[in-house]
Amino acid sequence: MEPAIKMTQDLFKTPLWDVHQSFGAKMAPFAGYDMPLQYEGLGVMQEHLHTRENAGLFDVSHMGQVLLTGDDPATALETLVPSDIKGLAAGKMRYTVLLNDKGGIVDDLMVTRVDDNALYLVVNAGCKDKDFALLKTLSGVKMEMLDDRALIALQGPKAEAVLAGVLGADAASGVFMTMQKVDSDFGALFVSRSGYTGEDGFEISVPAGAAERFAQKLLAHPDVKPIGLGARDSLRLEAGLCLYGYDLDEDTTPIEANLKWAIQKRRRAEGGFKGADIILPQIENGVARMRIGIKPEGRAPVREGTELFSKEGKKIGIVTSGGFGPTVGGPVAMGYVETECAKDGTPIDAMVRGTKRPCVVVRLPFVTQQYKKG
Amino acid sequence: MDIYYSEDHEYVAVDGDVAMVGITDYAQNALGDVVYVELPKVGDTLEAGDQAGVVESVKSASEVYTPVSGEVILVNEALADNPALVNSDPVGDGWFFKIRLSDAAELEDLKDEDGYQDYVSGL
Repeated sequence: MEPAIKMTQDLFKTPLWDVHQSFGAKMAPFAGYDMPLQYEGLGVMQEHLHTRENAGLFDVSHMGQVLLTGDDPATALETLVPSDIKGLAAGKMRYTVLLNDKGGIVDDLMVTRVDDNALYLVVNAGCKDKDFALLKTLSGVKMEMLDDRALIALQGPKAEAVLAGVLGADAASGVFMTMQKVDSDFGALFVSRSGYTGEDGFEISVPAGAAERFAQKLLAHPDVKPIGLGARDSLRLEAGLCLYGYDLDEDTTPIEANLKWAIQKRRRAEGGFKGADIILPQIENGVARMRIGIKPEGRAPVREGTELFSKEGKKIGIVTSGGFGPTVGGPVAMGYVETECAKDGTPIDAMVRGTKRPCVVVRLPFVTQQYKKG
Repeated sequence: MDIYYSEDHEYVAVDGDVAMVGITDYAQNALGDVVYVELPKVGDTLEAGDQAGVVESVKSASEVYTPVSGEVILVNEALADNPALVNSDPVGDGWFFKIRLSDAAELEDLKDEDGYQDYVSGL
């Protein structure tokens, strides 16, 4: 048996580091941060199930929070992303991707319209440096990193009741993909109805100095448990959501990644974003490979890097995320295959340790999303 | 029945010339919830140190090695439907396979209970 992951030196701590210790977290390095993998008592499987049935609290403070301000930051940002940002009303948010000149994905992120003159972005921890370098090139826009803020996700069917109990019903009243500023005992909060688990829930930006107190207040509720990165990964995989660096990278376009829905009508018609000369023809003409869901038959997990084959024995692609889905009760995966094999229901094989394991291409997500729509 | 341990956290429970092999309580605890176990085949002849299977948790896959040489005479079929036995009873119902020892002298290279506990407490 290979032993578990070893700690490395020089890791950043989030403002919730002491909270993790107080709950007996098993820590591991992630994107330069010392992060909780799982906590004493439950373990990955139970943390996952607890989130789907009750509420889980996740420290996502390692992610980059950025404010873009200026006369018209939406128009400026639209040169780097293919989504409709100008059309976002104040308080509305959208999932999008930063693009390179080849139409490849530099990062995936959430963009919220604060008002006419401000956008609030949340980017991946491991992509901060390159994202900031890219955002700095925008003309007429001032970029401010909000690194004096923590970010806490509260996810699951009990999240609304728990948050309402701490911040009041109004603060917990937003619908999916909206954000409101809330003045509270914990300072000025940005409360978004969003998350990355497929469950209803919130992501709350809180001043770093009040983060621990706020987290402990939420965790004092009997329905809330702290949840580590292990369960965060299995939750997002079951929800069919992409993990940057695995399911998305700079050589993959949003069309290949099956994120065409993130490119709204006006942007398809007008273009005007990096890589549009590659991406827009792909919408017309299709692509050679596509991101798909993969349901392995049997119990053996099919993990990242596993090669995929057609039933005729031709190599057709690779798994980019895979593991065990606790809610599904079996293995789940996603990956890229040649488009002719990308149709739902297509039987394929995954080569696991020299043995072909039968799988089926399935529609994502694996678990029905429980978002609170308006 | 004497139990010996490898530094890779497998145990070998010896009864005559047959040994039951599995992973230790320390190992199952470090792995977390076991969701899948791949076992050797009955009749396989293994050398000490050979890969004898794979144990998978929600998050990762780890190789299992046999600390002793011999012929595999039985595998724990119950793990196919209930891999969580590895967590609940690693040195009992969660055993992996039984092997007929071809060289009992190999046991001298392994740790005894006290030696293994010392080793684990130093990790």
